[in-house]
Amino acid sequence: MLADLPILSLITFSPLLGILVLLFLPKHRSRWLKATAIIATILPLLLSLWLYADYDSTKGGKAYEETATWLDVSLNKEAVGEVGSYQFELQYHMGVDGLSMPLLLLTAVVGVMAALASVHVKKRWKSFYIWFLLLEIGMLGVFLARDVFLFFVFFEMTLIPMFFLIGIWGYMNRERAANKFLLYNGIGSAIMLIAFVILVATAGFRAEQVPEKQQTNLSYCGSYEVITTNLTKADSYVNMSTEQTQGQENPFYLSERMRWVIFLLLLIAFGIKLPIFPFHTWMLRVHTEAPPSVVMIHSGVLLKMGAYGLLRFGVFMFPAVAEDWKVAIAILGVVNILYGAVLAVVQKEFKLVLAYSSISHMGIVLLGIASLNEIGLHGAIIQLISHGLISALLFLIVGSIYERTGSTELKDLGGLARSMPFISGILLTAGMASLGLPGLSGFIGEFLSLLGLFDSQQAVTCVAVLGVILTAVYVLRSILGITFGAMPEKLAAVRDARLIEAVPMITLLAFIVLIGVYPAVLTEPMKHGFDTLLQQLSEKAGR
Amino acid sequence: MEAVQQQLQSLTWSDAAYLAPEWILVAFTIALAVLDLFLPRQSSRSSIGWLTLGGLAISLGFAIWRLTDVIDKVGKTDANGQPVSHVIRLMGDSYRIDVFSSLLKILFLVATMLIVLMSLGTVRKTDISDRGEFYYLLLPAVVGAMIMASSGDMITLYIGLELLSITTYVLVGIRKHAVQSAEAAFKYVVTGGISSALLLFGMSYLYGITGATNLGAIAQGIQQHASEYPALLYVSFFFILAGLGIKIAAAPFHYWAPDVYQGAPTPVTAFLAVVSKGAAFAIIFRILYNVAFFASSPDYPIADDVFLAVLVIAAAAMLIGSTMALRQVNVKRLMALSGVANAGYLLVPVGLSLKGMHASNVGEFIFYLAAYLLMTIGMLAVLSVINKSVGHDEIGGFAGLYYRAPWTAAAVVVFVLSLAGLPVTGGFFGKLFILLGAAESKLYWIIAIMVVSSVISYYFYFGIIRQMFMRATIDTEVRVPVTTGIVIWLCAVATVVLGIVPGPVLDFVNDHFSIVSDLFVRLQ
Repeated sequence: MLADLPILSLITFSPLLGILVLLFLPKHRSRWLKATAIIATILPLLLSLWLYADYDSTKGGKAYEETATWLDVSLNKEAVGEVGSYQFELQYHMGVDGLSMPLLLLTAVVGVMAALASVHVKKRWKSFYIWFLLLEIGMLGVFLARDVFLFFVFFEMTLIPMFFLIGIWGYMNRERAANKFLLYNGIGSAIMLIAFVILVATAGFRAEQVPEKQQTNLSYCGSYEVITTNLTKADSYVNMSTEQTQGQENPFYLSERMRWVIFLLLLIAFGIKLPIFPFHTWMLRVHTEAPPSVVMIHSGVLLKMGAYGLLRFGVFMFPAVAEDWKVAIAILGVVNILYGAVLAVVQKEFKLVLAYSSISHMGIVLLGIASLNEIGLHGAIIQLISHGLISALLFLIVGSIYERTGSTELKDLGGLARSMPFISGILLTAGMASLGLPGLSGFIGEFLSLLGLFDSQQAVTCVAVLGVILTAVYVLRSILGITFGAMPEKLAAVRDARLIEAVPMITLLAFIVLIGVYPAVLTEPMKHGFDTLLQQLSEKAGR
Repeated sequence: MEAVQQQLQSLTWSDAAYLAPEWILVAFTIALAVLDLFLPRQSSRSSIGWLTLGGLAISLGFAIWRLTDVIDKVGKTDANGQPVSHVIRLMGDSYRIDVFSSLLKILFLVATMLIVLMSLGTVRKTDISDRGEFYYLLLPAVVGAMIMASSGDMITLYIGLELLSITTYVLVGIRKHAVQSAEAAFKYVVTGGISSALLLFGMSYLYGITGATNLGAIAQGIQQHASEYPALLYVSFFFILAGLGIKIAAAPFHYWAPDVYQGAPTPVTAFLAVVSKGAAFAIIFRILYNVAFFASSPDYPIADDVFLAVLVIAAAAMLIGSTMALRQVNVKRLMALSGVANAGYLLVPVGLSLKGMHASNVGEFIFYLAAYLLMTIGMLAVLSVINKSVGHDEIGGFAGLYYRAPWTAAAVVVFVLSLAGLPVTGGFFGKLFILLGAAESKLYWIIAIMVVSSVISYYFYFGIIRQMFMRATIDTEVRVPVTTGIVIWLCAVATVVLGIVPGPVLDFVNDHFSIVSDLFVRLQ
């Protein structure tokens, strides 16, 4: 029944409903505006939960796919001779599989929680929520789009709202943070676009015979399916080297070196988003300057888009190249883990501790990807989801603390357990999840990623484990300092969480515990998501 | 001898009918000039503005009719089964009405109509004392551009260029009392003169080698003589490129642009940025694809070198335009430098030449030109409104525009996104199609330069957004005149429409346009 509905489009565009309502609401009615925005984020959550319930991992997501022609642009045929048609095809193609399903849920959950957390926003509510919902549409679309250009459009759709959200509603240096965000991510998407354009012009080419009309239809297509099929089929144009075409020039052939280049471009493009070590400076600024609810989205979902893109377009499309590069990726991951952890230990500002901890935790994702086996890949995805939930929760708490104390400097905070026991309790638990306490989600992600990697790269794994120790150091140092320790005079009177803050905290924590004790909620839909990839890898190994 | 006679073939009455779009504009110019003399001094000249608009509309109607007529004949055969050419050739093929020229003419006319419409709301008597002249001088300028698009002969081409140039010299300096305007006009005249000289010098070599002025005849001659005079041909093509490079304001020939754009009245700036530039591109297409394309000898790959030179100029224009714009605080100068970068983007499909299976250059060019037309005119229309309110063109005039005029601010967001090449706008797809073309031609380095320059440009385009949304407002009321408002909204809506359904425009061009019959000039 669900398969008859265009469920993926409904999920993606349901926040649009909220935007339409918001447009007609008067701008000083903050209560109505907030309510509308929250409801508009609950819609995609409900729909994606429904999809999750209906999703059967053995059958995959084929049944839910939606394909429609967005554009069929004719190209000038003068250089190709007699053909039926010569086109550039751009499809509106949405799909879901084991890889996108968990991330879709994460986005929907964090979206609602961030909307609830936006109660701290003090000005221009109407435009805040409109940008917020546009951002949500972009994020949902990124995980569901199955056409490279459609993916790009959604990816850019997250860029512009984020620029406004940081630049208008952020803290003191918000504009510089917004600029830095825009430029770094602009460069990232530009590099991604280069890779996509080259891919479409080579691997996206197909020639279809139409026997009844005795003609050939030529097209360049951006569809993910077409590109991956062409890349795997031995007799497609993209795989035919000059020797195989009897010396004829084949403009669509992608040589081994070109594949490396494209993979590298994608690694850099998504590495900026992820962020991988030398490209991380922009995200520190965003973490410190953006309003807490936006950081929840940013740290909770946007960083995950980098890992998702790397998997979807880098590893899935070029498994052979990924195999060659896996040690490099693993080393990048270890660098991220240690660099992030070491710097997190010495930070004086709580938000920066969390920012560096994000870098460290995203390194673990890279390890999981580099393992290129089922355990490790599952670990990477669980780590993505788990870190998304934990960092969303931590920044939710940061927002609440900042609102009460006006500071997030570690030296200004202390002994909060006495004045706000509830928030402190949640903070402690979130910290435990972050350092990987068994029974909470962080443990599962870390453990599986490391386990997967240990299979092939023992030495790297051993170094990476050092990061786990450092994580314990910085988490305990900062969080214990905030909750216990000496309490400054002025903090004695602060109040504990209100209901509207408590609800998202409890919900996020519930998910963290759920994944921690019963990870099957995530591994179940992922079960067959990596089958094709693993099969290709084993074929390559067997050859 | 026969060829000479064909060259001298005179204009008949039936030929004249094909030229209706041009005649109408000329007639309107004369009539309006006379009317301007007889109208009382103190009467508002907006009636002349509306009549100008009417003249352009009639001309546009004829141009569209001509285009449908031409398209109807595409692929038709005569009684003997021979294919008939759909191209109308006048005066020994020196004046051609084909799909290429008709499409460009339509774009020029639409652009000029938008410009006139936007001037009707914002041009003040205190600023431009001769408003009548301002309106009707736009007409011969468009005629010049149309002649440039249609010509198949170096002489007609040059006449069109000079007609356009001389009228725009006057238009740039029309704010007689403003020092800046006079300075701009002077600079424009001087660089314009240099440009014409370079172009003529280059063309004289082509004439010297082939003994012909008709592009088709030159193409034939070149094929025979290219191997004898490679050096002369290089000189010729590089001079022609330099001359036209000045006209389209591509780096390194762009230094006049910021000063001239700043000094000229805003509508004239828009005219220079869109029509003047587009017309020069028409010539570039005609000359390069008719002549340079065939200039190759076994020892010297002249054609490849010339097209490579075009790409190098394009790359320089993109990078220099974007980086120089970073420090601009005057929006008009910023638009001038953005125009330099955009000239670079537009040059890419020209420089791609015809490689492999890729032949959609003109489609890509026309689409991006249309998108560029909309975003540039829209942006300058907003600027003219803001100038009217705050009295200057600095970027600070946009401060807090979101609070003062939220809908105009929304339109500016659309233009900025399109200029920066972000989805879903016409500018995004324009760039995407050019990128795909370059990828099909395997020119990956130009792709890298295009996207890098786009990213650099984010900084200054989003600077306008920062002003509008993140700066305290200034207390001057922004009143958007109805006509200018219409222009702003037409441009904004069309930009978004091009961004959501870019297909029809490209389909139309690629289905009907043929390089062989619409771009190449061939002696029959």
